[in-house]
Amino acid sequence: MITRRDFLKNSVLTIAGAALPLAAFEVVDPKKLMAMEASDSSKLRWVFLVDTYKCVGCGMCVKACKLENEVPYDASVTRTWVERYVLTKDGKIWADSPKGARDGFTTSKIDLAADGFEDIKKEDIEKAFFVPKLCNQCDNPPCVQVCPVGATYQAPDGVVLVDRTWCIGCGYCIMGCPYGVRFFHPVYHTAEKCNFCYHRITKGMKTACVDACPFGARRIGNIKDPDDPVTKIIMTERVSVLKEEYGTKPQVFYIGLSKEVK
Amino acid sequence: MLAHGELWTVKELFVYPNEFIYWSIQIVMYPFMTGLVAGAFVLSSLYHVFGIKQLKDMARFALVFSFALLFAAPMPIVLHLQFPFRGINVFMTPHFTSAIAAFGVVFFSYGAIVASELWFLYRKHFVEVSLKLREKQDKTLVEWFRYLIFCSLTLGVYDVSEEALHRDEKAIKVLAGVGIPVACFLHGYAGFIFGSVKANALWMTPLMPVIFIMSAIVSGIALCMLTYVIVMEIKKFFAAHKRLSGPGRFPTTEEIKGVEVHVIQMTAKYLLFFMVAAISLELLDLIFRGYTAVKSWDVIRSVIYGKDFTDIFILQYGIGNVIPLILFLLPGLTIRRAVLGTILVLFGVFMMRWNVVIGGQAFSLSFAGYMHYHMPIIPHNWETFKEGLFGAVGIFVMPFVLFWVIAKIFPVFAEARQE
Repeated sequence: MITRRDFLKNSVLTIAGAALPLAAFEVVDPKKLMAMEASDSSKLRWVFLVDTYKCVGCGMCVKACKLENEVPYDASVTRTWVERYVLTKDGKIWADSPKGARDGFTTSKIDLAADGFEDIKKEDIEKAFFVPKLCNQCDNPPCVQVCPVGATYQAPDGVVLVDRTWCIGCGYCIMGCPYGVRFFHPVYHTAEKCNFCYHRITKGMKTACVDACPFGARRIGNIKDPDDPVTKIIMTERVSVLKEEYGTKPQVFYIGLSKEVK
Repeated sequence: MLAHGELWTVKELFVYPNEFIYWSIQIVMYPFMTGLVAGAFVLSSLYHVFGIKQLKDMARFALVFSFALLFAAPMPIVLHLQFPFRGINVFMTPHFTSAIAAFGVVFFSYGAIVASELWFLYRKHFVEVSLKLREKQDKTLVEWFRYLIFCSLTLGVYDVSEEALHRDEKAIKVLAGVGIPVACFLHGYAGFIFGSVKANALWMTPLMPVIFIMSAIVSGIALCMLTYVIVMEIKKFFAAHKRLSGPGRFPTTEEIKGVEVHVIQMTAKYLLFFMVAAISLELLDLIFRGYTAVKSWDVIRSVIYGKDFTDIFILQYGIGNVIPLILFLLPGLTIRRAVLGTILVLFGVFMMRWNVVIGGQAFSLSFAGYMHYHMPIIPHNWETFKEGLFGAVGIFVMPFVLFWVIAKIFPVFAEARQE
């Protein structure tokens, strides 16, 4: 006959004994695991690869970016844009990016802003090409260095982010960026920039611009993963970066970058 | 939908889509105002530290004025912020790799030095006023208020013995001495904010802080001279008025004028010295840029010698530097000539700030395009008000209003006359 005391004693023991091995198993949330993986900078470093030979200046990437990241469609500021370069036979370099090429380059006229338009005859053109631009997610980001309140910071995976709740809107980061990728968001009035669609890439998706590009001119990858096709190209082919002389160590790599590119 | 800066920026040729004149008139005002603070303080220290007796009258005035300016100095930055009320974040989470983050530390340590120097300087005055008011029977409400203010300003120390006052003087000397490097740091650091921006080809030079300090002292001295003359003129007016209206010993117009001319002539010498230093450094920077002619030189040259030629060579160097130099160098400096000279010097320093801040954004980061700044004059919303002419004028007027208030507690000239 089991006494009440023994019954309680044994019950507690059984429960405790059963609970112990269960506690050894941590309930693993896949999201948490991915985040942990992402915070390990030895395993993940986002980089971007632009193949300028493939870019036709359609502006799909700019359009997709604006819609995805809620940058007002009609505002002239944009997280990514496409530049057109036209070199004429007399040695002149013409460049423009009307509205960041949101609607593509639909005319042969070069937009000279206050100076109007310059229509270049086809036979005068020596060479012409398009160059997509976006944040370089620098390894030595000057924008992070100059932020007085730490509202902009670099994630362990290399992407530079902005905390909209803490940014004071001094504009120092905009001044500090040699690539002109930063601006004040017309609605939130805080510093704004391309973040490689952080909300997408952290969930295993590609950036909006990469998905929108019909020609595969834009690709995103993990430079720490030797099997990543983007990494393979960067490691084995001839690539270059923009404005290396500033010492910012940009992480957007270009195939076919010409010396005329500003 | 307009982006910030789009309203007052006109682009020419190839400029990146996100580029605008983001740092506008208030960022011109910021180094201008801090420059005046630092300059006024250095001027007052010339007397306290180096014992330049001729500047005694000016020194006291300059210190009080510097204190008034100090409150106005951070205002342009606050007005420029997209979130003025988040400005406090700079003190809460300072990110010390940023030059702006040091603002709190530098500003408050400098403010503490000026405030304590003022306290030692005016301690005797506080004690006298509060004792007089304490003894007075049936005080009016205003007198009660004054009594409370002066009582608390004494900080409970009523010892005004010869020995105590001597110690005060020593403290003033030490504080003024420590204050000089801190004042220079306050402003040199404003120069560093610009000079350290590697993305901006016009700003990036290690000379920037030094150039800023020199021109700061120039502008500070000039403003002190100008305000001194204005105050003296007002005094002259009242002295004449009082002599007519009643008996009593009041200084005659000639007496005041005699002191005035002497002080102005002495101060002008120091102004000249710092002006020469400032101009030399600025020219050195220009020559060096032209000589080394790095990648950015083509676009910078087209801005300096082309787009901004009038602003730089006519307004800044011509009207702001050469003409006042001639005015001050001609023998027999008169008050009228000094006033004209100081106004031109102030204008010149303002144009220098303008040409650095606005000129630095006059060309695109692409080095293939230009941006022109059209300052909003008539405001039609909050943004065009605070970052327009009215905002800037408001900031410039502020220290004078503050000075008028502060001078009620720290009498600048009355005491000097008694001594």
